[in-house]
Amino acid sequence: MYPENYRYTKEHEWVLVEGDRGTIGITFHAQKELGDIVYVDLPKVGTVVEQGKALGSVESVKAVSDIYAPVSGEILEVNTALADAPEKLNEDPHGEAWLVKIRLSHPDEVKDLLSAADYQSYVGS
Amino acid sequence: MNPSAALKQTPLNSVHRRMGAKMVDFGGWDMPVQYTSILEEHHAVRTSVGLFDVSHMGEIEIRGPEALSLVEYVSTNAAAKLREGQIQYSALLYDHGAIVDDILVHKVSPLEFFICVNAANQDKDFEHIRSLNRWKAEVELVSNRYAQLALQGPKAINTLQKLTPADLNSLRYYWFVDGEVAGIPARIARTGYTGEDGFELYVPPDRAESLWNALLDAGSEFGIKPCGLGARNTLRLEAKMALYGHEIHASTYPFEAGLGWIVKMEKGDFVGRAALQKALEQGIKRQLVGFEMRGRGIARDGYEVYVDGRPAGWVTSGGPSPTLGKNIGLCYLPTALSTIGRTIHIMIRNQPVEAVTVPTPFYKRAK
Repeated sequence: MYPENYRYTKEHEWVLVEGDRGTIGITFHAQKELGDIVYVDLPKVGTVVEQGKALGSVESVKAVSDIYAPVSGEILEVNTALADAPEKLNEDPHGEAWLVKIRLSHPDEVKDLLSAADYQSYVGS
Repeated sequence: MNPSAALKQTPLNSVHRRMGAKMVDFGGWDMPVQYTSILEEHHAVRTSVGLFDVSHMGEIEIRGPEALSLVEYVSTNAAAKLREGQIQYSALLYDHGAIVDDILVHKVSPLEFFICVNAANQDKDFEHIRSLNRWKAEVELVSNRYAQLALQGPKAINTLQKLTPADLNSLRYYWFVDGEVAGIPARIARTGYTGEDGFELYVPPDRAESLWNALLDAGSEFGIKPCGLGARNTLRLEAKMALYGHEIHASTYPFEAGLGWIVKMEKGDFVGRAALQKALEQGIKRQLVGFEMRGRGIARDGYEVYVDGRPAGWVTSGGPSPTLGKNIGLCYLPTALSTIGRTIHIMIRNQPVEAVTVPTPFYKRAK
């Protein structure tokens, strides 16, 4: 369920780190809890985000949820396809429906994050 | 283990859990918000049929030779005009003219009225009515005696007719009949909170599960879906049906909420009438208005509304409209600004996002 090479937060984001680059998304558990996702609000390219601070939000039919940055850095790319197809977050949250790509400013922050096994046991499924 | 033992439960609680519903705390009740998907459940009701457990709703009975006098005095609509078997949307008001609750008054007989009230308001409503009972009417809170299931959608009638000898074609909107469904004694009311045709069924709590199962079986040929409160909310918003605590509450007059039609000022005295008379003379200061988002973003309850750069009101309900494929909402605006076609801005996370006021209801079913 949860890719081994990703790292996870207790707020249900994931990050895939490759060198000083990271790809960020929300977890399968997050989308399942949210239900049908109908809107995604993401930062502009060039925005600097800080670990643990909101970088955007996703909205289901019922509610708004903040997305917290799992690591600090500068936004390099935004998954613009989600604007017209937010439901992809329900369908493929760990793959096609990534949210942003980031240049990590503090790569050592990654060690604060959960492994796939730890996240899996945290969400208990 | 039940993680929410402190919450109140309907007789169908274990059924919902067994069916994998996502449960939430809804005003102190452990209720299903969705089974599979709010969007799917919403579309099922618009295009075919959906089944809701709304047993959290409260019921109050008013009985005796003076029942009508009490009902007329505590409610805004003309209960005296009801015929046996007829139902009326109405409201209980405070002395100051604002809304205690919105209610459905069923005339069972000249000696008995059956009132369906909001779950979270039932104790308050009961105390309110009882405190105003200067007649010898009997007032009883009977919520424990009823489970309530709502069967809603264009195929609701086909589904229900398979299970009841009652002639549903001749049962008109806002009328009810006491009969049987799947052999279970039921009050069958042609009412609902979705903007579709449908029925609300009041049955003994210990028969709720058999009724639930019988309805799901009967509706399977139409693709019936069990539906949660999430879809109930998107459906009622599209139909612009008020939700207590949002469009209406203890500081809204019915006239502000577009509910002037349930207030019969000419019917004689009733609680809140004098205050409403005064409010009408002074002019109604704000109005509930529908809007559609033009910019990207979803308006949610409580968001501020700006007109011409100034704060002017707030959103009472907002969200996506699955039927229209737009983001819609209701908001209060000063009466002078409440015209249709006006550009307004909703403050979404500190950013003004453009919207336009539109006619309501957002959705109306084809007759």
